[in-house]
Amino acid sequence: MSLIASLGAIEIGLIFGLVALGVFLSFRVINFPDLTVDGSFPLGGAVAAALIVAGLDPFAATAAAIVAGAAAGALTAWLNVRLRIMQLLASILVMIALYSINLRVMGKPNVALINDPTVFTLFEFAGLPDYVLKPLVLLVIVIAAKVLIDLFFASETGLAMRATGSNPRMARAQGISTDKQTIVGLALSNALVALAGALFVQSQGGADISMGIGTIVIGLAAVIIGETILPARSLIITTAACIVGALLYRFFIALALNSDFIGLQAQDLNLVTAVLVAFALLVPAYKRKLAKLLPGKSKAAPVIVKEA
Amino acid sequence: MQHSFLRSRLTAMALALAATAPFAHAAEKSVAVTAIVEHQALDAVRDGVRDELKAAGFEAGKNLKYEFQSAQGNTGTAAQIARKYAGARPDAIVAIATPSAQAVVSATKDIPVVFSAVTDPVAAKLVKGWDASGTNVTGVSDMSPLDKHLELVKRVAPNAKRVGVIYSPGEANSVAIVEALKKAASAAGLVLVEAAAPRSVDVSSAAQSLVGKVDVIYAPTDNNVMSAFEGIVKVAQASKIALVAADTDGVKRGAVAALGLNYYDIGRQTGKVVVRILNGEQPGKIASQTSTNFELHVNPAAAQKQGVTLSEELVKSAKFVVR
Repeated sequence: MSLIASLGAIEIGLIFGLVALGVFLSFRVINFPDLTVDGSFPLGGAVAAALIVAGLDPFAATAAAIVAGAAAGALTAWLNVRLRIMQLLASILVMIALYSINLRVMGKPNVALINDPTVFTLFEFAGLPDYVLKPLVLLVIVIAAKVLIDLFFASETGLAMRATGSNPRMARAQGISTDKQTIVGLALSNALVALAGALFVQSQGGADISMGIGTIVIGLAAVIIGETILPARSLIITTAACIVGALLYRFFIALALNSDFIGLQAQDLNLVTAVLVAFALLVPAYKRKLAKLLPGKSKAAPVIVKEA
Repeated sequence: MQHSFLRSRLTAMALALAATAPFAHAAEKSVAVTAIVEHQALDAVRDGVRDELKAAGFEAGKNLKYEFQSAQGNTGTAAQIARKYAGARPDAIVAIATPSAQAVVSATKDIPVVFSAVTDPVAAKLVKGWDASGTNVTGVSDMSPLDKHLELVKRVAPNAKRVGVIYSPGEANSVAIVEALKKAASAAGLVLVEAAAPRSVDVSSAAQSLVGKVDVIYAPTDNNVMSAFEGIVKVAQASKIALVAADTDGVKRGAVAALGLNYYDIGRQTGKVVVRILNGEQPGKIASQTSTNFELHVNPAAAQKQGVTLSEELVKSAKFVVR
């Protein structure tokens, strides 16, 4: 794997780290299986791309994308808590509606941003090549998002949101409006995903209507890979694990792209990625089994003794 | 002792190999190809490129390092493939279809990029105009000769007034075609009726929605339409509406006629551009091209099933008649 390919995997992994954080918020924290992300990821991209092409400042365009994503998430939650539409169906309805809305926002299926200003071009004064600059800028954004989320979860509202997810009855008994928490939670989750979409189009040269396909799958896979590899009770570590999971997932794809030497072909890419992810999920389980078989409390020491 | 001796010999051998490797491959050219998704038309482009390279003496596996990757429909993967190629620095990158071409063009500003099967490269911002770009990008567009296609529609069904078109609203190429088709149709005195198919499973119901509203169905070069072409053929036969295609492969699959745009030929044309670059030409000095090689393919048996009779003159002028 070349340096540029690795940095490319990091760059896209960081963007999907934001998606993973959003999916973690909906699926894990407020316990809402939300598929809106397949629509809010391209929504963020569509809004950002359309506004940048219209001449707006890239930062303002990205902010508008975040607001649009929050609105989409709030709509899904509203359909569920007010109109009592089942969670999955509510999110599916918003997701498919967003396909048409995204086409309206862009005016056509593909809006190119190849030589337009983006949040990345603003940092070009540093003189770094594009493939180093983009991951660096993204790293700062993703860390900032993670820290803000950690602070939010430690705040009173954040704790109320966590209570809503883990025990809604108890939460209501404590005077928490679980409906309001669900709406705010999904808005926040989809705002993160739309931010990811806005950054994706700015780093990849354009928004395409097909860019949302499979976002939820990648986001969920990242959350689960992260949880398996870095199991923890502390939310600070779990949010970090989401980002690590997204990075690993992109590295598996980069590895799968380089698997032609064992006779695999382009059409096998998704299969190879799936097998690699499955292996990654198996490793911690086997590590625990091995640890149980070995005597003593120390897990690592006996192995070293054997080798010596 | 023996071990270390062996190891040092191995190291020496490895070093020797590493030293000779660059010389052995110094003359070897490399071409990396990527497409957004696998389907008949795009695969035909890919094969056309490879065959043209071979015809020009660049044979994959012999004196050419050739690689193909498909993003399997995922734009994130397309971006990663673009980065992989930008890192591998081949002599030329061939990017098939708009999303893949945009990903590659935004990943490298110096490696020669040849796009293919991009209908409107100017709208996709791959190049500033149709003239030589002066950048690292050139390529071949698959824009259909729409006025010629409407002429063919009139020759197949002389009394037709309303033409139905099935396309996916989410595909940049198809939207560009339908926009242009609207203008061309009104110029030709025809009325265009649109039927949108956002997914390939929607294609056959889109075809059904046209029944009773149109005299002819026109199938453009659309990914969803090409994937579910047989669904349209069935509707055309059941309702006796003639089906005219933009891609000659469609005729084999049951359309009455097509003046194509053969995607394999577009691949060969793309391959010719790649060969020029491998031979040292600058991509910025090669103008972007459209396909110029149109062939008439007809299918009299399908015509009969769809309630039209092809004139003898039309069948005679066809380059290829499906029996």
